[in-house]
Amino acid sequence: MPTNAFLGVFAKSPIKPIEEHIKIVHQASETLVPFFEHAFKGEWKEAAEYQQTIRNLEREADELKRVVRLTLPRGLFMPVERTDLLELITHQDKIANKAKDIAGRVIGRELLIPAAIQEDFLAYVKRCVDATKQASEAINELDELLETGFRGREVTFVEKMLVELDAIEQDTDDMQIKIRRELHAIEGQLNPIDAMFLYKIIEWVGTLADQAERVGSRLELMLAR
Amino acid sequence: MDIIASYGSVLVIIAALVGFFMAYGIGANDVANAMGTSVGSKALTIKQAILIAMVFEFAGAYLAGGEVTSTIRKGIIDATPFMDLPESHGTWYDLGAFAAGVWLLLASYLGWPVSTTHSIIGAIIGFALVAVGSEAIQWGKVTGIVGSWIVTPAISGFIAYLVFMSAQKLIFDTDEPLKNAKRFVPVYMGLAGFVMALVTIKKGLKHVGLQMGNVEGFALAIGIAVLVGFIGKLAIGRLNIDPSADKKMQFNNVEKVFAVLMVMTACCMAFAHGSNDVANAIGPLAAVVSIVEHNGEIAKKAALAWWILPLGGFGIVAGLAILGKRVIKTIGEGITHLTPSRGFAAELAAASTVVIASGTGLPISTTQTLVGAVLGVGMARGIAALNMGVVRNIVVSWVITLPVGAALSIVIFYILRLAFGV
Repeated sequence: MPTNAFLGVFAKSPIKPIEEHIKIVHQASETLVPFFEHAFKGEWKEAAEYQQTIRNLEREADELKRVVRLTLPRGLFMPVERTDLLELITHQDKIANKAKDIAGRVIGRELLIPAAIQEDFLAYVKRCVDATKQASEAINELDELLETGFRGREVTFVEKMLVELDAIEQDTDDMQIKIRRELHAIEGQLNPIDAMFLYKIIEWVGTLADQAERVGSRLELMLAR
Repeated sequence: MDIIASYGSVLVIIAALVGFFMAYGIGANDVANAMGTSVGSKALTIKQAILIAMVFEFAGAYLAGGEVTSTIRKGIIDATPFMDLPESHGTWYDLGAFAAGVWLLLASYLGWPVSTTHSIIGAIIGFALVAVGSEAIQWGKVTGIVGSWIVTPAISGFIAYLVFMSAQKLIFDTDEPLKNAKRFVPVYMGLAGFVMALVTIKKGLKHVGLQMGNVEGFALAIGIAVLVGFIGKLAIGRLNIDPSADKKMQFNNVEKVFAVLMVMTACCMAFAHGSNDVANAIGPLAAVVSIVEHNGEIAKKAALAWWILPLGGFGIVAGLAILGKRVIKTIGEGITHLTPSRGFAAELAAASTVVIASGTGLPISTTQTLVGAVLGVGMARGIAALNMGVVRNIVVSWVITLPVGAALSIVIFYILRLAFGV
């Protein structure tokens, strides 16, 4: 018996997988915090375990991204634009990729973060993770947005969350400038290649927040329609 | 009318088989449709849905579908606008109605929700073409049917849109959704009770022989509506609701309130469906039996043979339990983001459209109204995703129902003519 045609009208909703996806992505970026805590002390074995966790999460996110892309055929009528959803998940996915790259690079070089900047650096990482968390929470409002037909009270609520996300991203920018300055002050004592990589890692950590903000602006575009 | 005398029992057996399979197909396909929204929105589990469907379908079939003679007569009278058929051809017309059954079985197998009424009309047209000629058909009436493909989904889509948007305005898009849900859902319940009562009165009770005037019908429906609203308020009051829940939980609680509503609509849908569609399945059978018993005469008032109605009811329940269970199960896991409030908007709109249509005499099908209603809720940005490819297929299946029904009845006409050597 072929599946019932009338009920086939309800296509599998892409909203839940997208919420699921950002949850995994956020977990990946969150894992960077314990990862760096071990990396600070040079505990590479434990750090490698966390790196493995991040890699697994990233793979899981990739798989989910593929499912969403495949189950989003052309003839789908959705309350949001198809292209918006596809771009949203692409941007979400980049967060996990970045987290994986950061952990991989640090482990690969057994890159020691200088003690002088460790405290600020960890705060910086945590703030960037805050940004991905905020993005994840905003995306989790998608089904409530659906419930209210993308109108009224709930839209204002999500817009407020996005303003907050922007503020967090702004914070991370300031912290990045500060930490660069600190690194600049001590870079003479470091192995030049390590210093180069440190700058790179700092930049990449900042990308987490940038990317989270980009996810937010995709959501904003959906609300605007 | 030699063939009736010599082949009567064979005809009855064939008719009984076709009737049973039609009921089986309806149970597996149509009932799954009617129950699908409730299961999809998680207001009911699959087991509960099947149980409700069994009880209410059978009750509907037995209580409200009891006096099927009027349906049979309606079937014949429905034909008169299309053709001016000599009396002696009456049997052929009823045999031609089997073509509709064949098409329904095929469509059910393919999973297409086509209209039973339209299949029968298509078959009548086909038969009229070969038996009388194209001049017998009033093509103007056919245009009306074609129009209903657009008008019916449009009406029910519009109503669904309105219901959904009103729920938005009154409940979801407010500061206290839960409080407003408690206040307004009984009103929706009353509204649903009113419409469902009207459906049952208009489509069902007349089969029991309870002829009710418009005024009495409306009065009764309003009375039921008030009663239902009151019971609903009590049921909501007994709900296990966590008042300290955060915003997110509040929406869940609101949906809990709507779920009470869905259970009610599901029962009513099953009842209305049973009363209406059992007649569709066994109407042609009953007609054949009565014609055979009367030696080819079309009796003005055909008494229903005792075994016909249980046959239809049993067919529907069997189809539902065996095939429909699987269909519903796929749906229960397949549909995401169909919440009780959205499912309710769709079902209420579909039911209201049925009432409006039966008032204006348009030959509509429940599936058409449901598809339209679901589209309406979707348009109101309420359903996460609708598969437009499937919607297109469904519309195509409506359109081809007429020509296919006609073609099949022509084929069956010639087969029977060859077989019985007339």
